[in-house]
Amino acid sequence: MSILEVTNLGVQFSTHDGAVYAVNGLSFALDKGQTLGIVGESGSGKSQSVLAMMGLLARNGKASGQALYKGSNLLDMPADALNKIRGNRMAMIFQDPMTSLNPYLTVERQMTEVLQFHKGMDRAGARAVSVRMLDAVKIPEAARRVAMYPHEFSGGMRQRVMIAMALLCEPEVLIADEPTTALDVTVQAQILTLLRELQRDFGTAIVLITHDLGVVAGLCDQVMVLYGGRVMEQGDAQHIFHHASHPYTLGLLRAIPRMDRDAESLLAIPGAPPNMARLPKGCPFSERCSIVNNQCREVMPALQPVTDGSATQRACHKSVNAVRGMHAEGAAA
Amino acid sequence: MSTDNGERQPILSVRGLKMHFKIKDEKGWPWTPTRSLKAVDGISFDLYAGETLGVVGESGCGKSTLARAILNLHPATAGRIVWMGKEMSGASAGAWLDVRKDVQMIFQDPLASLNPRMTVAQIIGEPLRTHHPELTPETVMDKVRTIMQRVGLTEQQINRYPHEFSGGQCQRIGIARALIMQPKLIVCDEPVSALDVSIQAQIINLLKELQQEFGLALIFIAHDLAVVRHISHRIMVMYLGHAMELAQKTALYTDPRHPYTQALLSAIPIPDPEQERNKVVQLLHGDLPSPMNPPTGCVFRTRCPVATARCAQELPELRELTAQTQAACLLA
Repeated sequence: MSILEVTNLGVQFSTHDGAVYAVNGLSFALDKGQTLGIVGESGSGKSQSVLAMMGLLARNGKASGQALYKGSNLLDMPADALNKIRGNRMAMIFQDPMTSLNPYLTVERQMTEVLQFHKGMDRAGARAVSVRMLDAVKIPEAARRVAMYPHEFSGGMRQRVMIAMALLCEPEVLIADEPTTALDVTVQAQILTLLRELQRDFGTAIVLITHDLGVVAGLCDQVMVLYGGRVMEQGDAQHIFHHASHPYTLGLLRAIPRMDRDAESLLAIPGAPPNMARLPKGCPFSERCSIVNNQCREVMPALQPVTDGSATQRACHKSVNAVRGMHAEGAAA
Repeated sequence: MSTDNGERQPILSVRGLKMHFKIKDEKGWPWTPTRSLKAVDGISFDLYAGETLGVVGESGCGKSTLARAILNLHPATAGRIVWMGKEMSGASAGAWLDVRKDVQMIFQDPLASLNPRMTVAQIIGEPLRTHHPELTPETVMDKVRTIMQRVGLTEQQINRYPHEFSGGQCQRIGIARALIMQPKLIVCDEPVSALDVSIQAQIINLLKELQQEFGLALIFIAHDLAVVRHISHRIMVMYLGHAMELAQKTALYTDPRHPYTQALLSAIPIPDPEQERNKVVQLLHGDLPSPMNPPTGCVFRTRCPVATARCAQELPELRELTAQTQAACLLA
C-alpha cells in the first residue's frame, strides 16, 4: 500500500470576489523511498496542494477530496490527531529558511521542542538527538552550533537546519516546498545531494515542489505538471522528459535555457500565467496554447492515460501526434 | 585584452576597479578603526560595441556592486573607468549625467524598480524629460508609444500604473525606460531571475532582438549560468569580489579552466534525467568566506579542491591561457 494516497484533491478559497479554485482534481500515490516532483509556475497551485495535506491552509481556504496517509484521511482529521502525524510521520521543508525558523529561539530549543512533543524525550536526550541530526546534515561543529540563533547561520546552513528539524522524527513522508530556490547553485547541489543520501538511508518518500526542471530531473521518479490549478500531465519522470505530450510541458521544456547546449533563441510561451480568479471556461492553458481550438476554450479536458503503453496521463483534447507535430514545426520555423 | 577583437576600440574599459565599504564595528569604541568590506576588489575588463558580457557569480560575489560602480551610482574606491575613450575617474556629476544618456540600467525586481505613483507613460518618458528637456510633451509621448510597441506593450496600457501589470510586463516597462534614450550600453542586473521560466524566455529573446536591432552592448548580470549562456558573447565569473575567469562563451562552457568555474558548472542541474543522474557533481565544501576578512592569496583557496601552499601566498591575476580564456589561477 502506498504511504500517501491523494484522490481528487481540491483547494478553494473564498474571497471578496467570489470563490477561487486554486487546485482541482489532483491525484497521486506515493510509495516508500519514492520521489514525486510537482512542477509549475507561480500561482499554479503547487504549494497550496501540499499545504492542504498538512492542514496549513489560510483561514479562508477549504480542501476537498481525500488525502490518505496509511489509510486515514488527513483532510477531515481533527487538529489533535493531525498534530500526531505532521512534524512526526510527515514533515515539511519550506522555501525560505529565514522566515520559517523562529528568530527568538535558539536552534536547540526549536529542535528539542519537536522531540519533546512527539517522542516525549527529556531535554538532554532531545539535545543529543538534535546534535546527531545536525551532524547528519553536515553542519560542522554541530555541538557548538546547536546553541546558536538562526541569524548566525548562512542561508545554506539555515536550510540544513530546517532539513535536520524535519528529519528529527524520521518521517515517512517529507514535503519539500522549493527547498533550494533561495540558494546559490553550489549550495543547491550540496542540499540535493543531502536529500538523495537521506532518502537512501531512511527510505523517506519525498514530495518535491519546484519550478526548476533540472532539479526534478535529478531527483524525481514521478512528475506532475500543474497549470492554473489543474494537472496537465503526470507520470514517470523519464517518460515525461523524453516523450512529453502536453503542449504546456513541451513549452516549458523548450523555454528553459540549457547549460549543455547552444540554441539561437528560446521558444517562449506567449502570454502570462492566468489570473486564478478569472480562469477560462475550458483548459486553463488554452489562452497561451498555439494549437488551441474551440473545444479547448469551452470544455476542460479530462486527465486520461496516454495510449502509448506508459503510465503517463495527460489532460489535452489534441492527439499526442498533433502536439508533438506542432512543436516540430515550431522548431523548424 | 581580448585578442580577437583586433583593432576595435572598446566602448568601455574598466581597470583595477575597487569598491570597498567602510563598516563600523558594532562592539567597538568610537575610536576603534573602521574595517572595510571589499565588495569588488580589482576588476578589469573591456566591452565592445554590440557585445554582451555576462557576469556570473553567487550571492555576495560583488556582481551587483560592480554594476553600480560602472554607472557611478556608488563612486568607486579605486580604479579607472574609461567610457568612449574618456577618462571618467574623478569626473564631475555633470560629466556622469552625460554618460548616463548612453548607459542605462535594468533592475532585478521589476515591480520595485518602477515608481508606483507614476503611470507607464511618465515612467518611460522620464529619462527623456531629464536628459532632453527641450522636447515637447507630444514628442515625448510619441516616442513612448513607439518604444512601448517595440517591447511588446500595447498603447492602451499607456495610462496604467505599475501594479496593474504582471512581473514580465513590468520588466518590459523597465526595458522600454532604458531603451528610450537609445543607449549604447544597458547594464542588466539579474533582469530575469524574478520571472517564471516561460516569461523569462520571452524577456531573454526580447533583449537579444533589441541588441541586434540597435547594436546595443549589454552587461548581463545573473546567477543562472544557463541563462547567461544564451545571451552572452563573453562571460566573467566572479567570486568574492575578484574575477576568476573571463572567457568566450563556448570556451567557458566546454573547457572551463578555473576550479571555481568547473565547480559552478557541475552544480547546475540539467533538465534531462539520464544526464543529471549520471553526472559527477564537484561539491564545494564549506561556506563563502566573509568579504570583511577574505583569505590571503587566492580568495577561492579555502574551498578549492586543488589548492596548494602557494595559493595562500600569491594573489593570482587574470592571465591569458588561450586566445579565448583568461583565468586567475596559479595552477590552471
